Amino acid sequence: MTLLDVRDVTFGYGRQRQVLHGVSFAVKKGVSVGLVGESGSGKTTILRLLLGLTKPAGGTINFGGSALDPSDRGFMRDYRRSVQAVFQDPYSSLDPRQKVRDIISEPLQSLRIPGAHGDAVAAALDAVGLPADAINRYPHEFSGGQRQRIAIARAIVARPQLVLADEAVSALDLSTRIRIVDLFKRLSENMTLVFVSHDLGVVASLCEEIIILERGHIVESGKTRAILDAPQHPYTQKLLKSVPRMPR
Amino acid sequence: MSAAEELTPATVSSERKSRWSPTLTIGLILVGIHVVLALLTLFWTPYDPASMTGGRLEPPSFAHWVGTDRLGRDFFTQIMIGSRIALIVGAGAVAIGAAIGVTIGLLAAFATRLLDDALAATLDILIAFPTLLLAMLVVAASDSASLWTAILALGIAMSAIVARLTRILAKRVLQNDYITASRTSGTSWPGVVVRHVLPNIWPTLSVNFALQFGIAVIAEASLSYLGLGAPPPNASWGRLLQEAQGTVYTAPIGAIAPGIALVTLVIGINLLADGLRDIGDPTRRVSR
Amino acid sequence: MTPLLSVDGLTLKTGDKTLVSDLSFSLGAGERMGLIGESGSGKSLTAMAVTGLLPKSIVPAGSILLDGRQVVGTPERTLNGLRGSSVAVVFQEPLTALDPLMKIGRQVAGPLARRLAREGKSPSRREVEREVLQFLDHVALPQPERIANSYPHEISGGQRQRVAIAMALACKPKLLIADEPTTALDVTTQAEILKLLDSLVRELGMALLFISHDLPVVATVVDRVTVLRNGRAVEEGPVKSVFDQPRDDYTKTLVEAARSFDNALEGTA
Repeated sequence: MTLLDVRDVTFGYGRQRQVLHGVSFAVKKGVSVGLVGESGSGKTTILRLLLGLTKPAGGTINFGGSALDPSDRGFMRDYRRSVQAVFQDPYSSLDPRQKVRDIISEPLQSLRIPGAHGDAVAAALDAVGLPADAINRYPHEFSGGQRQRIAIARAIVARPQLVLADEAVSALDLSTRIRIVDLFKRLSENMTLVFVSHDLGVVASLCEEIIILERGHIVESGKTRAILDAPQHPYTQKLLKSVPRMPR
Repeated sequence: MSAAEELTPATVSSERKSRWSPTLTIGLILVGIHVVLALLTLFWTPYDPASMTGGRLEPPSFAHWVGTDRLGRDFFTQIMIGSRIALIVGAGAVAIGAAIGVTIGLLAAFATRLLDDALAATLDILIAFPTLLLAMLVVAASDSASLWTAILALGIAMSAIVARLTRILAKRVLQNDYITASRTSGTSWPGVVVRHVLPNIWPTLSVNFALQFGIAVIAEASLSYLGLGAPPPNASWGRLLQEAQGTVYTAPIGAIAPGIALVTLVIGINLLADGLRDIGDPTRRVSR
Repeated sequence: MTPLLSVDGLTLKTGDKTLVSDLSFSLGAGERMGLIGESGSGKSLTAMAVTGLLPKSIVPAGSILLDGRQVVGTPERTLNGLRGSSVAVVFQEPLTALDPLMKIGRQVAGPLARRLAREGKSPSRREVEREVLQFLDHVALPQPERIANSYPHEISGGQRQRVAIAMALACKPKLLIADEPTTALDVTTQAEILKLLDSLVRELGMALLFISHDLPVVATVVDRVTVLRNGRAVEEGPVKSVFDQPRDDYTKTLVEAARSFDNALEGTA
């Protein structure tokens, strides 16, 4: 079943700076997708479009059969409930003046989701491996990895179908990164993950499918394994060759 | 794998530093004295403020703690009433300035580029006028000088400064990822303002309010000194200073006492705001 | 032969907090060593201590002998002579390391002119300009004349890092310290910069102290590594033995994490 269907999406800032040149791809339910590109590839723009923060200049984005329209309030309410996000910088993505309880329960309150919010927050905290007493603390009392766990708890608390992650482990130390990648891997068993990253190693460990972007074009896409084993496009080959490896 | 292993030295220390600071204590005492005196005047003053209770320009004595004025009225009573007026003026002007200023500032922060630029330019022009001059214009435009026109005038004059500060602070907050996260959590723009923008701009804003409170108190004193403030029998410190002008060599206490009252209140308010800001900020509370 | 850099029992404290404790390592002329550590490990502070650029609030103890001279406790003025001739640094963020209001050519000319003056030469402006272009060419920047005439914001991040490297090279230091020089760069740019650093250091016979949290990156440019955790060295040795048979548990965690991403790429997970 197709969750997200992106068709011929274009986007630009003025006429000179075209960021996306007709991008098309589909996200199937339960199949995690990695969007890989370097700076200027347009991956961040795609993410903003998928989050309904900007409108595409051309093309359509369909979710569950209806078109994503940021100005359609009724649709957006359902959409937000189904699609949540995790951002790159765990220091900037948590409000320093809110307690963890308020941070994690924000989607529940804003989307007016019925039920005991306290229980949902506790379940989310448990799912990301944080102690229950974290709810009364402030973000600055946690390390980078723990903060990212809080941000992930916020993203999953409303039980979305799709989680969009924007370089969600790039700012973390290696020993922390591997744990957060494991956490994402575990979570992706129950929800679909779209993981935007420049890091092929991380995407390879998380995503079944991969989309390689270069300057607003999709240069290659398909099964991660197949592409990494036999990259067809010269850019993919260059990217793969550039990843530093451990000495053998 | 466990999240507990991610603890770095800078984490999960629930130890809290003492929230109390000398700044806060001194601020609290100074403001407290004025508040108590002001509240007291609602029920009791040492003497009737309008009647002659002693000789003219008496020096401080046990009966008249800071002497009497040139009409023989108790001077301490007048200072007390002055406290009340100063507090009303400061609070009233800040309330009006904050209400108008924060609203316009937030509007500008969220507005489209064009509207924002227009608002920012207007504010810059308004700020170029001294608060006092702006207030004098407002008072001059109204029919009669009263305490309330003075408060309104100062509040309006203040709102431009508050608006500009709010706009800058809000824009800075809006750049954070937690705002985007809040939007994608389904929070509406008004919700974002209440949940994230206001709490995060409040610490800086509140310190500025305290500063503006002090400026308003001084400005009202200046207006009264110039005869544009509250008319008698409102014993504004500014009017007391103006009345003491002629006798400053023979009875200096008449100028010194309102001066001290003015300075202690303004300093006290600023210290109090500084202390309260540190308490209100969770990131300053925990020892690292 | 005495090593070029010898750090002995280095301890860095701020207030009652110890940031680096009892760290010792040495680096001979032309040798290449990596300092590996995550955030809070004290790896960047160690680099700053070596150059004598520690913030005033951090108090060093122990000994740092650089090119035969003691750095710890030496006044600022004396150290200025040491910087440039003995040591130069390339930082993580090339944009903040360059003056935004000065053209690239003039920025590279600064350290170059100081080095020439140190060598007792008094070159004309022409000569300096020509050498600047040579250095820009040396770090494989295309169209050196255009780059020299640009401001930092007018060129890409990778190009800025090349300029920063050119500035460090213009000093002809005996030791080059690179503090996470590729962390802010794209993967393909990173590969190019690492290759460049590697070949330049070999070519000019400089010693290299490479600081990074990224194990595979470190492995591509150095021969030996020291692994830091919370200000302590937990393991050191040749890259091959440390990465193949880590003895310390923390090093093991890091190596396993790095290998697991490699394996995911290879499909051998």
